[in-house]
Amino acid sequence: MSLSDKDKAAVRALWSTISKSSDAIGNDALSRMIVVYPQTKIYFSHWPEVIPGSIHIKEHGKKVMGGIELAVSKIDDLKTGLFELSEQHAFKLRVDPGNFKILNHCILVVIATMFPKEFTPEAHVSLDKFLSG
Amino acid sequence: MVEWTDFERDTIQDIFSRMEYDVVGPAALARCLVVYPWTQRYFGGFGNLYNAAAIKGNPMVSKHGTTIMHGLDRAVKNLDDIENTYTELSVLHSEKLHVDPDNFKLLADCVTIVVAAQLGKEFTGEVQAAFQKFLAVVVSSLGRQYH
Repeated sequence: MSLSDKDKAAVRALWSTISKSSDAIGNDALSRMIVVYPQTKIYFSHWPEVIPGSIHIKEHGKKVMGGIELAVSKIDDLKTGLFELSEQHAFKLRVDPGNFKILNHCILVVIATMFPKEFTPEAHVSLDKFLSG
Repeated sequence: MVEWTDFERDTIQDIFSRMEYDVVGPAALARCLVVYPWTQRYFGGFGNLYNAAAIKGNPMVSKHGTTIMHGLDRAVKNLDDIENTYTELSVLHSEKLHVDPDNFKLLADCVTIVVAAQLGKEFTGEVQAAFQKFLAVVVSSLGRQYH
């Protein structure tokens, strides 16, 4: 799916509002994901415990949001910009791509709870397209 | 038959007892039509759906959104027999309205997001899990009569 200029502007605007809470968002989204979709826990079996709010979740949440920040900066060419991360998730981590949709949904839910006013349907559609890309 | 824990039952009933149907319903349906524009094809008779502002202000969208939310009431009142509760509606959506059942999930996701925005911090991971489980059972029941 290609992002229109309007989409890119919406994503950048929303990101500038939410980025200062990105650690909290990452933690909440990942914690939510392992609670609402317990099948995703298998990807984290190398951690001593896979529970919401644990230090591993917090750190990994930060990493994930860092990845999203990278994507925002490369929004004009997501395919090239995220090529390395894509390869890593496919070949090294072997994550079923269906799980990206699950995590996307959790990120959207967290943003809805934290920023209800800013997360209008217009912002939602642009962010959804961006995260799917 | 679906098994519900006490926490799940209480959570679902609590959310719906406090639900503002005529706020959540219209917002969820409008969001669905904006975020997943192909769903607009089912609402050809609704008039102006040309942009997000038009969709949000469209009175037929609002009315139908409210109708859908009240439709969920049936499931809340019949948590132990959701499948049979939705037999007629499932037939309606498949035989008469010809709605691709994948779209039920999309609308359910939009309802989740709107409810999340309404409840804020209260919408914890556990609450989300219970709510999404409920919606998943509804979505599955609506799709049952399609085969």
